[in-house]
Amino acid sequence: MRIFNGGHIDFINVPVLPEEEFRRTVMDLCQNDGRLVNFFGLLEGEGNVRLMAIIGFDEDAIFEIFSMIVTAVHPEFPSLTPELLQAHNFEREIAEQFAIVPCGHPWLKPLRYHANYRGVADLWQDIGSRPIPGTYPFFSVAGEEVHEVGVGPVHAGIIEPGHFRFVCHGEEILHLEIQLGYQHRGIEPMMTKNNLDQCSLLSEAIAGDTSIGHSMAYCEVMEALSGTAIPPRSQAIRGVALELERLANHVGDLGALSLDAGFLPASAYCGRMRGDYLNLLLALTGNRFGKGLCRPGGVLFDMDEDMIKDFCRKLTIYKKEFESVSDLLFTRPSVLARFEGLGVITSDEAKKYGLVGPAGRASQLERDVRIDYATGLWQFNHIPISLGATGDVFARAWVRRQEVMRSLEFLLKILPTLPHGNIFTPLAPLKADGLAIVLVEGWRGEIMHVGITDHQGQLRRYKIKDPSFHNWFGLAQCMRNQEISDFPLCNKSFNLSYCGHDL
Amino acid sequence: MISLTFYILLHWLIVLAGAPLFLGVIPRVKAVISGRRGPSVFQPYYDLARLFQKKTVYSRTTTWLFRAAPIVALASVLMVSLVVPFCVFKAPIQFTGDILLVAYLLALARFFMIIAALDTGYSMEGMGASREAFFSCLSELTLFMNFITLALLAHNISLSRMIGADIPVSWQMAGPALLMAAGSLFVVLLAENCRLPVDDPDTHLELTMIHEVMILEHGGVDLAYMHYAAGIKMFIFAAILVPILLPWQTGNVLQNWAIFCGGMMGLALLVGVVESTMARFRLNRVKHFLLISFALAFFGFIVALWRI
Repeated sequence: MRIFNGGHIDFINVPVLPEEEFRRTVMDLCQNDGRLVNFFGLLEGEGNVRLMAIIGFDEDAIFEIFSMIVTAVHPEFPSLTPELLQAHNFEREIAEQFAIVPCGHPWLKPLRYHANYRGVADLWQDIGSRPIPGTYPFFSVAGEEVHEVGVGPVHAGIIEPGHFRFVCHGEEILHLEIQLGYQHRGIEPMMTKNNLDQCSLLSEAIAGDTSIGHSMAYCEVMEALSGTAIPPRSQAIRGVALELERLANHVGDLGALSLDAGFLPASAYCGRMRGDYLNLLLALTGNRFGKGLCRPGGVLFDMDEDMIKDFCRKLTIYKKEFESVSDLLFTRPSVLARFEGLGVITSDEAKKYGLVGPAGRASQLERDVRIDYATGLWQFNHIPISLGATGDVFARAWVRRQEVMRSLEFLLKILPTLPHGNIFTPLAPLKADGLAIVLVEGWRGEIMHVGITDHQGQLRRYKIKDPSFHNWFGLAQCMRNQEISDFPLCNKSFNLSYCGHDL
Repeated sequence: MISLTFYILLHWLIVLAGAPLFLGVIPRVKAVISGRRGPSVFQPYYDLARLFQKKTVYSRTTTWLFRAAPIVALASVLMVSLVVPFCVFKAPIQFTGDILLVAYLLALARFFMIIAALDTGYSMEGMGASREAFFSCLSELTLFMNFITLALLAHNISLSRMIGADIPVSWQMAGPALLMAAGSLFVVLLAENCRLPVDDPDTHLELTMIHEVMILEHGGVDLAYMHYAAGIKMFIFAAILVPILLPWQTGNVLQNWAIFCGGMMGLALLVGVVESTMARFRLNRVKHFLLISFALAFFGFIVALWRI
């Protein structure tokens, strides 16, 4: 069954394939132009689980959606991971959420350490009550000179918790395993149990630095499920806010990268400039992270003429400032020596791991939801894609620089021509037995929300996917055969979300 | 005897009072260059005062080695300081070959810091210790090479004479040699004291640290000792470098002292500027940097040999 970004279909139309055909279809589609954008489980009656696969075709801006049934009597299915690495985390998630075994999965460990949704025995005993995720085995390398270094979950800086287990030979990393799950809050089930206002707040808290991205995706799912067409002006304001969020985070990332490289001036300037963009969000929404802007049906804050003029004036200044600071950073030989050739992911590897967002674009993957699956503001205003060539830390930094410049140009172009009209339409009731999928290009990459309603028009399953879910694996892989002292810089060049992964 | 005690105490007073100020100037310079106001130049004094008021916590895996390291480190650098002249304040202890005492007391301090880091059993401290041991091997080589050049020019192997009154003559006789020695001593100063581009004193990332990761487990008074020892070590290196760069001797004691103090501040400023304009090296490039400084020292030595 085919579906567009932001589209709605009747759930009954989603085909159910036999196990063998399901597997073959996924493999066939992914071998051609498709990629696995989502793969998740859904509870059916009698303890059966329906596995839904969504394959995206970036060229055609279309998704293919189909499913298979795993019965309660026989809770297992052949794993796709050995042939399709992109499915790796998805299958671990399914195994944990529904206590189904993906047979032949090469590294079947839980992701978030919670009891399953099916209410049967978990695949791992006491998983929900055992305190530390670190009690599960780590991939190990034998040898007299091999040593392990564990970092976290409590870190020296003020960052989120996560455990990093390095297997090293001297200063060289042989293998890195990243163990997350410390931030699991159970947002997915909560989204189906709470009302609209509460869920809006929840969606803003999926990843605090991507409040607008995730709340925008949530709102669009609700609008698609109810068939509400929101006013163009509210779409445009959402787009403006999303770009401001991207600007703040990309500039902050460049600052953090230069701090980790030990280049202080650029770090100090970027830190201040990040504040400038957050202040614009504050002026627009009353919150520096844009919380409270997007609600199902539109946005809650409008921009008047004075504000638009003020934004344009400020953004023109910020653009000049950013140009000079990024020139300072990217022309410094000592900085380039630090960035170049570090943590390389080739284009083929990136495709295999299914990387998204700036990390994928740095490895020449032309994936940008704003272009491939344009909705809302981007349907009428084109933004060029920013690609890197080398797939290293430099490329990931450079892609950010390009995206900042392009977002600034984009904002300066569209702000004076925002559509007029209302900013809010009341949301119609959700249609029964519907399915809607929404992708939004957050600053880290594609955010995907899927909503499925039941016979009464209530949400029965809400699936959230943060771009970090794909990209953490890329970070772990790019560290192989690198120096352990280069890890912080590589990590910062990805800057992934812990809570977005842990949900 | 009483006068010797007096001179020793006076010397220690200068070191103990001056070292934190030297350390305080650098962050201020860095802050100003990057457009911030930055902490007060007296911040290291406040930090030390705070740490001295704290109690010390020890991990159960550590032994007496861990507790001895801060004391040995501080005591060693204080002993070293007695051999180093501070312009008008002559070194209280001078003897032929005291230069070896300088090098080996510094090595003793380092040895205890490394062994204390290993004593904690923390994998990251072990990594820091291994890096420290490796890089100090290289920088010690450079240090000795420079000492040989200076000794050759001064015809003496006592530190006070090597950086003493003969320096202006040496500049005329073998200027290039001294220039190269000064250049490579500056690199040694950066490397030995864990400044950029070798180590980053401001980073919070354990995986990239060298010196900082070795003192992660120290707290309270012990940490104050460690910080103090590191500060004094840097002060000593600067005090060795400044008379080479600013060898002018006026008849006036106050003017001489002003030149020395100005030179020390200037050096702190220079370190701040270097740290602001450079990113840190990748760890596997540090050895190249240190070997280049050795090459510089070695060429200085050859020039000195040739000119003498």
